Amino acid sequence: MWLALDVGWGTILAIKTIVVLAIIPLGAIILGYTFLLKMMAHMQSRLGPMDPGGFHGWFQLFGDGIKFIQKEDVMPAKADRRIFAIAPAVVVISTFLVFLVLPTGPDLVVSNLDVGVFYALAVSSLAVVGVLMAGWASANKFALLGALRAGAQLIAYELPLLLAVVGVVVMAGTMSLQGIVKAQQTGSIFGWDGIGLPYVFPQIIGFVLFLVAAQAELTQTPFDMPVAESELVAGYMVEYTGFRFLFFFIGEFGTAFAFAGLAATLFLGGWAVPHITDTGWENVLGPIVLLTKVMLVAFLMFWVRFTYPRLREDQLQAVAWKFLIPIGLANILITGALKVAF
Amino acid sequence: MSVDFAVDRQAWRHLADAQVNVELDTGDMILNLGPQHPATHGTLRLVVRLDGERVISADPVIGYMHRGYEKLTEFRTYPQVTTLINRIDWLSSFANEVPFMHGAELLMGIEAPPRAQYIRTILTELSRIATFMLFLGEMGLQVGALTPPFYGFRDREHVLNMIEAATGGRFHPNFNRIGGLKDDLPWGWVNECRNTMKVVLDACNMLEELVAENEIFEARTRSIGIIPPEVGTGYGVSGSNLRASGVDWDLRRDGKPYLVYPELDFKVWTHPDGDSFSRYWVRLQETREAARMVVQMLDRIPSGPIMAKVPRIIKVPEGEVWVETENPLGQMAYYVISKGATGPFRVKIRSASFSNVSILPWLLRGVYVPDVITVLASLYFILGDIDR
Amino acid sequence: MPKLPKKPKAPGLIGGLGVTFKTMLRGAVTVQYPHEREDPPPRARGVIALKEENCTVCMLCARQCPDWCIYIEGHKEKRPPRREGGRERTVSLLDRFDIDYALCMYCGICVEVCPFDALFWSPEYEYSESNIADLLHDKEKLGEWMETVHEPEPLEVGAETGKK
Repeated sequence: MWLALDVGWGTILAIKTIVVLAIIPLGAIILGYTFLLKMMAHMQSRLGPMDPGGFHGWFQLFGDGIKFIQKEDVMPAKADRRIFAIAPAVVVISTFLVFLVLPTGPDLVVSNLDVGVFYALAVSSLAVVGVLMAGWASANKFALLGALRAGAQLIAYELPLLLAVVGVVVMAGTMSLQGIVKAQQTGSIFGWDGIGLPYVFPQIIGFVLFLVAAQAELTQTPFDMPVAESELVAGYMVEYTGFRFLFFFIGEFGTAFAFAGLAATLFLGGWAVPHITDTGWENVLGPIVLLTKVMLVAFLMFWVRFTYPRLREDQLQAVAWKFLIPIGLANILITGALKVAF
Repeated sequence: MSVDFAVDRQAWRHLADAQVNVELDTGDMILNLGPQHPATHGTLRLVVRLDGERVISADPVIGYMHRGYEKLTEFRTYPQVTTLINRIDWLSSFANEVPFMHGAELLMGIEAPPRAQYIRTILTELSRIATFMLFLGEMGLQVGALTPPFYGFRDREHVLNMIEAATGGRFHPNFNRIGGLKDDLPWGWVNECRNTMKVVLDACNMLEELVAENEIFEARTRSIGIIPPEVGTGYGVSGSNLRASGVDWDLRRDGKPYLVYPELDFKVWTHPDGDSFSRYWVRLQETREAARMVVQMLDRIPSGPIMAKVPRIIKVPEGEVWVETENPLGQMAYYVISKGATGPFRVKIRSASFSNVSILPWLLRGVYVPDVITVLASLYFILGDIDR
Repeated sequence: MPKLPKKPKAPGLIGGLGVTFKTMLRGAVTVQYPHEREDPPPRARGVIALKEENCTVCMLCARQCPDWCIYIEGHKEKRPPRREGGRERTVSLLDRFDIDYALCMYCGICVEVCPFDALFWSPEYEYSESNIADLLHDKEKLGEWMETVHEPEPLEVGAETGKK
């Protein structure tokens, strides 16, 4: 253990990495508890967990985590051992990489890349590789079919995700996430700069497109055919038990947190509150503000998840290719034209 | 969206060209939608041959829940048989007792007093509402929505409470006796029932808004599992499934008169398409219609005795009778042979779901795998009804 | 011509969201058992209680039970005659009256056929055991259930009272 007073860049990097690694399961648990356990319950006229931990069952997910950790590690006999073990890690790693560029304050970002948006979207599609690895290595025909479906779905919905974001980039003029936050904070709506210019107003189509595509990227209803093949089996995750399944679960909700964070940053203004600059408190206020906005976006995503039935695989692909992509392209066209005109 | 709302009645003939597994070339695969499955209402086994995503053939294997009812009834007296046949279709259990008791009363030449007939009809319609509320919620679940079943169960509780207040049992009332009913209604039941019907109508509206008007639900259920009327009647499909194919046939109105249906004013709902959506829609409308019928009857219950004059030890005279009724699941019939003893000599039970399920091999050819689930959910069979 | 459902417009999706949102605000209907309890109606068939002094060991209930879950044993005793010089009376007394609730169907035939009103329904339902053999309730336990039996309730308007 080093307690060097002269803190070098390596130490700072290590601290930041550890913080991000801690935030992923924490964010997953917060989202999971609030939305999956409690909000879903209240939408269904019931209460959700109430006993674990005493107060409205806050300990439920921690207890689930402990339960999963102590389970036996079962691997199918014919499975490809190394790939089987690595696949959940790939999914979590891709989430981790997205968090690296998500700013939570003026200085609270692990790496303020100039191509932050590009990097975030590129890296989030690594999860597809993880899913395919999981399906292939399970030595199970159903897992393979589920993984192929998931792969097709995830790749198809990458495009609407990108196209939705291009409008924001055009308006902000930069791909760096900190830059986009600053542009929203200092912008103005037709000359009135009371609340800055959160891009949700001019880019409402892009916002809706982003949310729909994110819903599909997370394989949530109405796009959860790969997973709720629990009409038959559990899709690509069928052979995963115990700790490895916990990884997938954390990966899923962590990615939900990451996508909600991206949506909040790109469309709702991120960690910034307009007119509060240079007070010295933004590094404390920033995470709180971002968390609030993330919960708002996640509320929308989970609300849709609990209300709609699921689309069949071919209908899902039709929605992506024939409906969302043309809308995204039209959005870019209009944004570009208006940006040049004004 | 590429979904066309105009229903193509020949849609089942068009096989799509898209091949999912061009490189993989998996060949035929046999899939067991095994006896334990979340999508079948109980222990139905469906052996399905798949070519990639498409079903080539489907064979239902039944009998996992066979309890030997027809043999059991040979050794029991009439009240004891009532307790057994409650459990054939356990979701609408009062409706199972009615044809049997009616048959026994026909053999004896007794008629139950009018008050008893009214209460019997009210309880039958309440069971219809109870089972359809479950269907409306649970079909949403089979296509993937997580919240409709909770609404269905929540509002069904009120109906079950009404049945429990009158009969003592939520699921197995065991209330019919030869000649009438066991007890009269408790005080305040009629008003409570009126309030419950209001709750039921609200729930129907809510479920319609949440499920039936949802575009995704329509995309999943329209043109799926179309039953042409001739094929349906050929296989013996009955009840709401047949009415959803446009056949205007309801035993409450068209069959031999039983209970108080001849005096009631009700509408028989049909739908011209024969697909899964129309089956859902028809049952939704029938639930509302049943609620209206109950309110009608509550306004008109006559006073009087609840039981006709029957001897202490009931011996039904010799004879045979065939009674068929419109149960929630379809047409249910009993063929009772009596040889003058305290119990029946032989009872043959014609249950609705047995015939409804027989259409599955024909219906499931060429559909996608998720559509198999949709079709099973929309046909709405109960395993106890299939296997008895 | 049957009424066809009207072609839905986009609000169908929005309406569904509205339904779940309103339900979320309306609160849960859960009754948190065992902290709270719901009381079943007085007629609910929870458990059968035995009034031993009324029982004459006629065995009707045991015979009529579809499951044959009632086990009765009795013996006869002599009692002094009512008047001087009369015949001695015999009374039947219960030795054993067990109901096996592991088999019982809760159909109520035994309660109904008893000619001497010795059996009663009670809506009590919390008697589950960890050992299945403990579900055989003997005479004493069935007598204890008598305390939970409700008074017969008034009948609905229009019913004929006083008839069986």
